[in-house]
Amino acid sequence: MSLSVKHLLGIKELTVNDIEQIFITADNFKGVLNRSIKKLPTLNHIAIANIFFENSTRTRISFELAEKRLGADVVNFSASGSSVSKGETLIDTVHNILAMKVDMVVMRHSASGAPWFLANHIDASIINAGDGANEHPTQALLDAYSMREKLGDLKGKRVTIIGDIMHSRVALSNIFCLNKLGAEVTVAGPPTLIPKHIESLGVRVEYNVKKALEWCDVANVLRIQLERQHKPLFSTLREYAQYYGVNKQMLDSLAKDIIIMHPGPINRGVELTSDVADSKQSIILDQVENGVAIRMAVVYLLSGSGKRDGIEKIG
Amino acid sequence: MKTLLNNDQLNITLLRLAHQLVENHLSFRDSVIIGIQPRGILLSDRITQIVKNITGNNNIDYGKLDITFYRDDLQTRNEIQVPSFTDVNFSIASKSVILIDDVLHTGRTIRSAMDALIDFGRPKKVELLVLIDRRFSRELPVQPDYTGHTVDTILTQKVKVYWQEKDGKDEVVLLDKQ
Repeated sequence: MSLSVKHLLGIKELTVNDIEQIFITADNFKGVLNRSIKKLPTLNHIAIANIFFENSTRTRISFELAEKRLGADVVNFSASGSSVSKGETLIDTVHNILAMKVDMVVMRHSASGAPWFLANHIDASIINAGDGANEHPTQALLDAYSMREKLGDLKGKRVTIIGDIMHSRVALSNIFCLNKLGAEVTVAGPPTLIPKHIESLGVRVEYNVKKALEWCDVANVLRIQLERQHKPLFSTLREYAQYYGVNKQMLDSLAKDIIIMHPGPINRGVELTSDVADSKQSIILDQVENGVAIRMAVVYLLSGSGKRDGIEKIG
Repeated sequence: MKTLLNNDQLNITLLRLAHQLVENHLSFRDSVIIGIQPRGILLSDRITQIVKNITGNNNIDYGKLDITFYRDDLQTRNEIQVPSFTDVNFSIASKSVILIDDVLHTGRTIRSAMDALIDFGRPKKVELLVLIDRRFSRELPVQPDYTGHTVDTILTQKVKVYWQEKDGKDEVVLLDKQ
């Protein structure tokens, strides 16, 4: 049993079977992470480079811990303070890192599609840790895994994704992943932050956050990505918080207790008020915990794939 | 194909193995049984049940260990293996552990199992029980403490253990692989 892909570039390329396999493997690693000795010798023959051209706290630490818990050797690279600022190209940078005998590359890049470009040029397995506004596959996997832990099978479950849908790679990967697992998805937020024709991905659109919350079992609340908005798309953060932020009164007025998720980093008081982020309904820290197990599963399942020929399937 | 143990012989052997365990561990107060996934647990399920019947002690600690992540052939195998479940929800520190697997061949599985086991704590002692010992094919210095049946085989042959619960019959056969 292996994944149908050599790289984890996007959820779009995964089969339902791949996702199930990642979840089953993650269950095992979650068991390991709850033991007193959390380190496995499994990948002690593998070296992994974490190449981050964009800022990250959670994803980067989570990947690094996952790799180390599997026994792999890890090197970290961030664009600031590297030769990228001296004008080195992406391919040159990666070729140089691979020349030092690295077997797998975890990359975050601000350009959408960068991991696909890389996959066409190098042999090592690539894991996309977020590319521009396109995909963030491990986040979607850990989100769906966390939802499943609380709700069981996701078939027919209702998930609302609220916020900056337009610039969010988390939103896109989540939509692909939840669709594959049979959940229904609504996206909600101001019209300027919801891309046109997003219905063609099989999601509902709702501009009224209260209505969207009434409809769903899970609300995945996203951060406003000001760094990707090159022209103003809403007047002020205060106004956004007023109309599209999720607060406690709103949650208490719903007929049932819905689950609140957030991929982090949270802008407290903007998309979520503090009392919601810290409430019993919030599983934000479970998401972070599950992230390590999911990333261990992905790294483990892809670790043997570099040796396989002929089954390469990239976008 | 040659039958090594038929239904009756297999069940008599299981009874003997269980009695040998009881002989050495008496009440099982400081002893635990751990079966190795995936096929070893079919044997350990049976043995544990018989031991419970003999001793009348229904609280014997019994766990299941998956060794996928501890294998030494991950870099040479082409297929990545999806693991089975590990279920050891008790402390093995200072306990006598009885490791159970169906067939002992090269000894590599047992080596991995001991590594996996030690990550759960420091047992006082580890013993090995196997149903079939493929003698003279060892690649590591591993020997069983309790053996159901010893057999001389060559590398191309395969020992297959069938269980009523899973395969619809109790039988052990030696297959000549093409």
